Amino acid sequence: MKRSIIPLTVTLLTLLFFYIPIILLVAQSFNASRYSGAWTGFTLEWYARLFRDRNIWMALRNSLAIGLGATTLSMVFGTTAALALDRYRSRLQRTHYILIYMPLVIPDILMGMCLLLFFVSLGMKLGLLTIFLAHVTFCISYVAMVVLARLQDFDHSLVEAARDLGATRRQAATRVLLPLLAPGILSGGLLAFTLSIDDFVISFFVAGPGATTLPIYIYSMIKHGAPPVINALSTILLFITFALIITAQMLTWKKEKTT
Amino acid sequence: MHDYLVFDHLTKRYGALKAVDDVSLSIEQGSIFSLLGPSGCGKTTLLRMIAGFEKPDSGRILLNGRDITQLPPNQRQVNTIFQNYALFPHLSVCENIAFGLKVTGHRKADIERETLRMLELVQLERHADSKVTELSGGQKQRTAIARALIKKPNILLLDEPLAALDLKLRQRMLMELDLLHDEIGITFLYVTHDQSEAMSLSDKIAVMNEGHIEQVGTPSQIYEAPCSSFVAAFIGDTNFFDGAVIEVKDSEYCTVRIGGFGDVLCYNDKKLRVGNPVHLSIRPEKFAISRNLPEQRKGRNVLSVTVDDIVYLGTHTKYWVLLNDYRVEINQQHMRYQLDQIPIKHNEQVWLYWNADDGYMLERYCEDDEEMVFQPPEEIGDNPEPTEQHNEEE
Ligand SMILES: Nc1ncnc2c1ncn2[C@@H]1O[C@H](COP(=O)(O)OP(=O)(O)OP(=O)(O)O)[C@@H](O)[C@H]1O
Ligand SMILES: [Mg+2]
Repeated sequence: MKRSIIPLTVTLLTLLFFYIPIILLVAQSFNASRYSGAWTGFTLEWYARLFRDRNIWMALRNSLAIGLGATTLSMVFGTTAALALDRYRSRLQRTHYILIYMPLVIPDILMGMCLLLFFVSLGMKLGLLTIFLAHVTFCISYVAMVVLARLQDFDHSLVEAARDLGATRRQAATRVLLPLLAPGILSGGLLAFTLSIDDFVISFFVAGPGATTLPIYIYSMIKHGAPPVINALSTILLFITFALIITAQMLTWKKEKTT
Repeated sequence: MHDYLVFDHLTKRYGALKAVDDVSLSIEQGSIFSLLGPSGCGKTTLLRMIAGFEKPDSGRILLNGRDITQLPPNQRQVNTIFQNYALFPHLSVCENIAFGLKVTGHRKADIERETLRMLELVQLERHADSKVTELSGGQKQRTAIARALIKKPNILLLDEPLAALDLKLRQRMLMELDLLHDEIGITFLYVTHDQSEAMSLSDKIAVMNEGHIEQVGTPSQIYEAPCSSFVAAFIGDTNFFDGAVIEVKDSEYCTVRIGGFGDVLCYNDKKLRVGNPVHLSIRPEKFAISRNLPEQRKGRNVLSVTVDDIVYLGTHTKYWVLLNDYRVEINQQHMRYQLDQIPIKHNEQVWLYWNADDGYMLERYCEDDEEMVFQPPEEIGDNPEPTEQHNEEE
């Protein structure tokens, strides 16, 4: 039987559609022409400029600090929320569930506006602190949902077994519950971290003068017209992401091989 | 031997449902005590109250004279083998076993020594560093036992520990449990819905039904002298007969008229009088049938019946015979001298006989219980499998 070439063609076209813009971007980051378009020669100028730009490093530092802080805090609160949601199943709990779930579905722009109004009415000075608090709000929900999914197929007789063997409540939690939930908490945290690093809309609303995160800074760079530098930055980010994904994949492959 | 674990009018409700209903029991030290009952009768709930995972709504639990009803699970000298073992998947076999000593802050050297001893006891030395997810069913079970025994509990609670194993392994583990019990001599409280398991292992059995205890006794008491139709039908097969006393012969025997069956002589252990209703249970193996009229003996009932169904089972043959309204189940052993006889055939007219002492009068009778009795092949359609307990006898 002759195989149809349609699936292959469609796959190739889809891949091209996905990756041509990326390839173009990477190529442009080495293009000497300031106004991206025609190729006028290879250069590392944009990368050099990028590394000289102190503001970018400041923005990156802000983003990382907020991301790490929000992730840590939301891992604690999100896990607690998930445990409470899983443990008690009253009507009040269903309301609680909806309240935690809500930030996932509310449009970012609404979230941003609400938080802005809230901070302003409290008389808080907009800045890194408000961005951090805003990120914690939505990160908690993500962590809680991921951990809750883990808890759904967690065997609760394990905690009972620990208690039966003489463990106090705290020991049962630290020696059995948390180690077993750790993968869930970590992947929730990872999700929260990427979302926090990535967030533009909400951060834009609650950011004050001088407090910029990386996405906001990139946006302002575009506004002030420095596309080649952004291309360079994007390329670097792209390669970091690829490297991370490949490492993660290799780790899981290795694990699968040993088990 | 004295009463070691005592339940004093324990009741546990889940909403309107009484999962455990006014249970009073006492269990001797060093014995194997079984809780036997159908699924959902409250066995696990009762066990969870002893372990401390559930608080009873009323009643008390005494362990060695001390009221432990309100103690948290980690302060009770009681350990559990869970229905699904509940081994910690993130720890190795060795770490699982050592867990109970680690959390109570024992010295490292002690923990190591005890763990080794336990590994030896359950013969898992070679698997000390395996992951528990890599163990077979029987090995998991032994790990769970070692993990509980390292705590030196006063009582070991076992919640259907063999339910997840296949038949052959179940039989082997049953023997291992028995040996283990002889070796360490602590009290076992064993929960099961499998009557053959309970019969072969226990010193005493409590039969549970819908949250309450139907009967407590040794395996042979429960089998030979069931007090209710539930016990009679749940433990093994039986035939139920419904009638009334029409004549009291002497201090020991009476004649019972069973409508649609006949008048039969019966051992009158309940001291019934003329006119009293009687519910009789006669086990299939107490009956015999033969083609030739058996000789008349004192206390022997003989009736003429028609053979309706025959199932050959190797160790014995099951017959169902018809007499008016009744269809009676019979287990007949094969004797060598019968081999060269012509076998009894379908629709043949034969003699049914049994000893008056072998019928047993029930105190409580409930018609639903008859449904638990094994139905002959034609009545359960195209599934001619005999019940499980007969398979296991092979
Ligand atoms: N947490 C609970 N909430 C509500 N009802 C419960 C709960 N636990 C048990 N029950 C009910 O109590 C009754 C007894 O349950 P239990 O688990 O003790 O049965 P069991 O005898 O152990 O049955 P099995 O042999 O199937 O394990 C059942 O009807 C069950 O539905
Ligand atoms: Mg149970």
